Amino acid sequence: MKSRLPFCLIALFLLMQSFSTWAQDARPMESNVAVEVQVQRLSEQLRCLVCQNQTLADSHAELAQDLKQEVREMAGKGMSDQAIIDYLVVRYGDFVRYRPPLKSTTVLLWLGPFSLLLAGGFGLLSALRRREKLAIDAPLNEEEARKVSELLKIDKES
Amino acid sequence: MKRFLLPLVIFLVMVYFLFVGLNLDPREVPSPLVGKPAPMFSLPRLDDPKESFSPKEMLGKVWLLNVWASWCGACRDEHPILIELSKSGLVPVYGMDYKDTREDAQQWLQQGGNPYVATVMDVDGRVGINYGVYGVPETYVIDKTGIIAYKQIGPVTDESLRNKILPLVKRLQAQ
Repeated sequence: MKSRLPFCLIALFLLMQSFSTWAQDARPMESNVAVEVQVQRLSEQLRCLVCQNQTLADSHAELAQDLKQEVREMAGKGMSDQAIIDYLVVRYGDFVRYRPPLKSTTVLLWLGPFSLLLAGGFGLLSALRRREKLAIDAPLNEEEARKVSELLKIDKES
Repeated sequence: MKRFLLPLVIFLVMVYFLFVGLNLDPREVPSPLVGKPAPMFSLPRLDDPKESFSPKEMLGKVWLLNVWASWCGACRDEHPILIELSKSGLVPVYGMDYKDTREDAQQWLQQGGNPYVATVMDVDGRVGINYGVYGVPETYVIDKTGIIAYKQIGPVTDESLRNKILPLVKRLQAQ
């Protein structure tokens, strides 16, 4: 029993150590949770212009960090989501929004896939109709009818 | 024969669009600032931090604002072209040293030559954000009334200078 005490102390010490680092990491969140939540929400809706297929939240590019900081400051001043997005759109254009707005210039982007799907559906439908017409019910001639009934008879008997 | 016509047409249309796509640069994001007043700033100069420069001083002149940095590789490519341009005296070029240190920037200008009438330091990149800078180098053509007439994203090349920037500068200077 005695020999275990130092181990316990070391374990306790390490545990406390880990708690203290943990608390340090979490501090920026603690200071203003609402602001951090807003920054997180917005950075998921904004595009990093350096690595274009990433959002600000995903990106580690320096510009993304700067923009996130800018967003954090604006959020700290109590600006609304829309006001912050507008601020960035004025500087970087609609491209900075990860979800493009529906405007006259983006109609094709939004409706293009659906219209292609619709066109494909119509194409498929008309192709199927055409095929249906090709398959005509050819009436059997006498010889064939006799063969069929013969075969059916054999089938029944067996 | 006829049944192959429609797939062939669809194929050719696709080829056309893919071919056009090859020549587009997805990194070139059209700037919403073109046609709008250049954002105001007052930043310390690289050569003398006590002096500052503001675009306000340039009202009445056509000028170029070139955003560069000593850590930027493509800036090295355009540098000789800017040197040539400044020697020609056609249009004043001002520099904005983006997220850089004073020593690095000064050393860089000593090595490659200094094409700028003046360079300001945007150490934390805040003015850069106001200008919508996302890739250095970028060059803005600003007219006599302080409105951004054109934005070149990426290095200035001989071609872009000859075909785009200089004709535009001449037209704006005549206004």
